[in-house]
Amino acid sequence: MFLGRAALRSSTRALHTVTLFPGDGIGPQISESVKNIFAAAEVPIQWEERQVYPILEPNGKTRIPEDAVESIFKNKIGLKGPMRTAIGKGHVSLNLTIRRTFGLYANVRPAKSVPGVITPYSAEGVDCVIMRENTEGEYSGIEHTVVPGVVQSVKLITREASRNVAEYAFQYAKDHGRKNIVALHKANIMKMSDGMFLEQCREVAAKYPEISYKEMYLDSACLKIVSDPSKFDVMVMPNLYGDIFSDLTAGLIGGLGLAPSGNMGKDGIAIYEAVHGTADDLVEQNKGNPTALLMSALMMLRHMGLKTHADKIEGAVLETLKERKFVTGDIGGTATNPEYAAEICRKIKG
Amino acid sequence: SRCINAEYGSSGINAEYGVSTAAAPRTKYGGKTTVTLIPGDGVGPELAESVTTIFKEMAVPVEFEMIDLNREQLKDEGAFDYAIKSLKRNGVGLKGVINRSADFRHHNVEFRGNLDVYANVVRCMSFEGIKTHHTGIDLIAIRENTEGEYSCLEHESVPGVVESLKIITREKSMRIAKFAFDYAREHNRKKVTCIHKANIMKQSDGLFKACCKEVSEDYPMIKYEEQIVDNTCQQLVINPQQFDVMVMPNLYGNLVSNLAAGLVGGAGVVPSKSYGENIAVFEPGARHTWMEMKGMYVANPSAMVLSGAFMLKHLQLHEAGDVLIKAVNNVINKRSCLTIDLGGNASTHDMTNTILSEVDALS
Repeated sequence: MFLGRAALRSSTRALHTVTLFPGDGIGPQISESVKNIFAAAEVPIQWEERQVYPILEPNGKTRIPEDAVESIFKNKIGLKGPMRTAIGKGHVSLNLTIRRTFGLYANVRPAKSVPGVITPYSAEGVDCVIMRENTEGEYSGIEHTVVPGVVQSVKLITREASRNVAEYAFQYAKDHGRKNIVALHKANIMKMSDGMFLEQCREVAAKYPEISYKEMYLDSACLKIVSDPSKFDVMVMPNLYGDIFSDLTAGLIGGLGLAPSGNMGKDGIAIYEAVHGTADDLVEQNKGNPTALLMSALMMLRHMGLKTHADKIEGAVLETLKERKFVTGDIGGTATNPEYAAEICRKIKG
Repeated sequence: SRCINAEYGSSGINAEYGVSTAAAPRTKYGGKTTVTLIPGDGVGPELAESVTTIFKEMAVPVEFEMIDLNREQLKDEGAFDYAIKSLKRNGVGLKGVINRSADFRHHNVEFRGNLDVYANVVRCMSFEGIKTHHTGIDLIAIRENTEGEYSCLEHESVPGVVESLKIITREKSMRIAKFAFDYAREHNRKKVTCIHKANIMKQSDGLFKACCKEVSEDYPMIKYEEQIVDNTCQQLVINPQQFDVMVMPNLYGNLVSNLAAGLVGGAGVVPSKSYGENIAVFEPGARHTWMEMKGMYVANPSAMVLSGAFMLKHLQLHEAGDVLIKAVNNVINKRSCLTIDLGGNASTHDMTNTILSEVDALS
């Protein structure tokens, strides 16, 4: 999983090809901003753009276009904008299809307070990372009506998937100098499923004695994090809890418009994405906020070993946000997407 | 028609769902009502002590049938079954949290299932005297408490693969939806939001959502909304004032009520009420045993005392109930006594005594 990174590091002067899925709605517009900002910072990346849309096969399975799949398998690294899933067309959600196609098993959602975006939690500061198991759990999609009026929904937890996300979480913590991992669960109620998840976390924890490992009930975590988020570092959990909890932490720092995310797959595949929606109502005036996509792109740069470029861009973004002269509507400003991006480029070029 | 209004003294029975939250006759001997008291584990016994002390000082005509259900006693099946019988007989209980015993029985879950205490109501209201990240919160989280993710049906289908079943039924979803709307109407609340994840769990949460929508049509004067649970958690930390009454299945109810309790001051100050047919159970809103602090008498008994006060009102002992509610709120808002969760180092006893002094001052 980390071979790709070492190889890239040794060739920082070479041009890296990275796949870009602009997505729908504001996706293409905010992708444009990311490209412009990266150009201004002279990031040694060339973008290979591909369109992603669902293709319903005769056997009922959904897939995405061949060229999109090939691009990721070749480049290993990708950036994805928000995607719309048409309802009622019979196919499975695009996000789910992408996850399955590339075996994206760990979703990484850092939440760090942004200077210039004041929330009730800015004072004590938020700096946590959620590691969410991303292939199973409550998202197995297995549901059936037992008799009319009684529905059963199956939550699947496997030793293997739990192990994979736990391994990634601890390695991530080690690589990024994070000292604490807490596993969030409801094993008091779901003793076997969440119990299995915890068992895997414990086994992996034993291999990383330098990292402190604890377990906490999910409801206790909800209670505590809204009182004092500064006490939370890295957290690992199954799918549904990760989905809910990472939206909670995004809320603590100012919302989904600012929250980056990365998805780890097999064989070194890593796809970074903005987790917000397509915001179709903002397309006409080009008023979407590219920050989440941009922050995800910076996560990607760091993963590729291009830390200097990432830091440079991040500095410019944080300064722009702090000044609040050219910020987008969702965080209280009046600037359009290109105006905000232009200001960041200005700051990069100095 | 149906009305449920334990605090304000009216009562009624709903013909279709058979729920009554105040009308059933109570066990009364010599003018005193008998209620079941289950202190639970961890700091539970200390909190229960606070309530019994206060009730005694106030000479409240309530007799407690105390049932200790700690881990040791639970090994005897009879102890648990006795507790259930007691609650069925008395119809009213005050409860702490029972730590899950060594075997596979989930006692807290079984309680609710066995007694069909299906509606858990947690009102989270900002306290003037507690410094929190948000102010002006006044939401009511209504949680279906007998099915959903808490069916406790799990099996390892093949080694290394566990299936856990979540059950949603039309019957229970309709029931909790009706409860929520009736509750909203009785308490003059303007909006009910259904919290779900039907975009992913299309059939189960889809059914829950459809039931709420169906019931909403009978209450045109109450605004009805739907919201996806992850967005709800985000909204709760950004703009919690937007929420009024929220109705949701079991797990989301657990998370949302804990989150909201954290927003207004924590597990030590938020009470809850739970209703079934002819039964009402009162307990703290965020159910945690706080095992680490067991025996230290540092826990804040306010949530338990407030739960006790709501129980008094349910028993039509309004004078005592109202005085006690006012006293606890005064103590918290005037910051007269600060236990560890409120930033000080007062003990459970200190808080009990301060509440009693305030009760005296108000009487």
